[in-house]
Amino acid sequence: MAAPPTRQQQLERELLGLADDELIIGWRDSEWTGIAPMLEEDVAFSSIAQNEIGHARAVYELLSDDADALAFDRAPEEYRCAPLVELPLLDWAHTIARRWLYEVADEIRISALKETLPLAAKIDREETYHRLHAEMWHARLQGTPQFRAAVEELWPYALGVLPAAQRDALSARVGLPVVEAVERGTHTDGLAEIWDEMTMVRRSAPAGAQW
Amino acid sequence: MIWEVFRRERPGAAFEHSGSVEAPDAEFAEAWAREQYGRRGESVALWLVPRDAVHTVDDWADEFDLKYRRVDGYSIKARLKEARSRVGSTERQS
Amino acid sequence: MRSEQEFLEYVQGGGQVEATDWLPDEYRAKLVKFVEMHANSELMGVLPEREWILRAPTLQRKLALTAKVQDEVGHAQLIYRVAEDLGKPRDAMFADLLSGKAKFHNVFHYPTKTWGDVGVIAWLVDAAAIISQKALLKCSYAPYARIMKKICWEESFHILHGRDVILAMVTGTPEQFELVQEALTRWWPPLMQFHGNPIPADQDPMVHWRIKSQANEDARQQFLDGYVPQIRELGLEIPDPKLRKNEDGVWEYTEPDWDELKHVVTGHGPKTSERLALRARFLEQEQWVREAVLAA
Repeated sequence: MAAPPTRQQQLERELLGLADDELIIGWRDSEWTGIAPMLEEDVAFSSIAQNEIGHARAVYELLSDDADALAFDRAPEEYRCAPLVELPLLDWAHTIARRWLYEVADEIRISALKETLPLAAKIDREETYHRLHAEMWHARLQGTPQFRAAVEELWPYALGVLPAAQRDALSARVGLPVVEAVERGTHTDGLAEIWDEMTMVRRSAPAGAQW
Repeated sequence: MIWEVFRRERPGAAFEHSGSVEAPDAEFAEAWAREQYGRRGESVALWLVPRDAVHTVDDWADEFDLKYRRVDGYSIKARLKEARSRVGSTERQS
Repeated sequence: MRSEQEFLEYVQGGGQVEATDWLPDEYRAKLVKFVEMHANSELMGVLPEREWILRAPTLQRKLALTAKVQDEVGHAQLIYRVAEDLGKPRDAMFADLLSGKAKFHNVFHYPTKTWGDVGVIAWLVDAAAIISQKALLKCSYAPYARIMKKICWEESFHILHGRDVILAMVTGTPEQFELVQEALTRWWPPLMQFHGNPIPADQDPMVHWRIKSQANEDARQQFLDGYVPQIRELGLEIPDPKLRKNEDGVWEYTEPDWDELKHVVTGHGPKTSERLALRARFLEQEQWVREAVLAA
């Protein structure tokens, strides 16, 4: 039987999950480039996607000397992202519902990490603007059937972003009861598709090629 | 609603009109103008003003040609030349 | 100022006008059409590039490309606002774009096939565009001239990014070099057509009204002068055996196919329908969002 993970290993595992979440949600959010509901939002949304990828990069750099290799050179099963971020959601109601749920969950997660990790505080400061943006849209769309349906549909996935101990806090903020979560650890079909496209250029040259 | 965007490029600079965004309220106008006019750190501050709130003034009467109020209403050069030629000097004596 | 003749003399003397000034009907109509085409081009220009954001081979390239494409969307917003203040609502411009009534630049009707295209577009297409955009900095219509300053500043980042992408590949593996060469070979004809057919300045309505300050051929010559040496110094081959600078300093080249250009910009490019359909699909799908948000 393998030795239980050390505290350091547990932290690294958690950070890899955070980085993979940010990378993949950044990937999904950048799918809206050029096709968001209005041009002004398109520009703002793109900044959010860039910030997320920037956060992923900062965390990968903590975990490895080669952030790109860590970001792109693993097999799909080796990613630690939560299923929520993998879902293909090319309609605005679902996209904003995911944004909003993810930001609420992420705030809980990041607050817990701030004590052990200075980088978490940095990320948190930038996320303030993401939260404002998500709240703004939530306030505008919460009365619409499209948005309400999307939140309910994504709720089990949102719970899966956080470890069980943090789910009551999420439930209190979102106003929905804790239910069975779609847990981190397995992947949806969404990830294999993303992975294929995400790595196709990189895989076309030998490892270590410069781009 | 159209919001006029004024931006201060750096501390000490005046706000300069830079463009406009269409947004339903100040919250959306801010979220959108932040990125459109600040994502590269090119502004230290923005003013967002509803276009309707701007009061334009763009005409003046100048019927009586009150030149004394303008720099071009003075012929310093010509008079100075005349004064110097009377005294016999061609440039300022130290 | 209420006569077309006075207005013409004023703008030809370097004068500028604002949204609230009286504009001759012909000037206003030509200006709106020109501005609209520019806005449409920025918007449609996003579509060839967005797929490559998702495929970028490093985190830095992903960020840089996202920022570049974000700029293009931002430029579209700036330019559509100018046209809106001239009286044409955004919805009407989108409708005309999707119906094929309004045009956009030739280069955005073509497919992007490899990461080599990403470099070539950011470096050379944006370089061609920046020449046209600089010629608008003194546009007689001041609101348009003013936004061009921000646009030109942002485009300069794109050219840096594009050149860096190209340089990484031409100094990489032989296969990577080949990606760039192949992309350049494919993009060269649309690049040569980009600045439009060589109407003399005195027959170009855009120059007549001082909307543009540079004739099409001058823009093309400026592009060739600036970029042919830079392309050749990397060991890349330009697919035009006739391309050379003559003793008078004028670039000679194989005459581009102007019929093809016309055919493409009137909506018959290889990717035109597909890209317009994508726009139309999302515009329709998210109509409820605009209603929920903008109805304030």
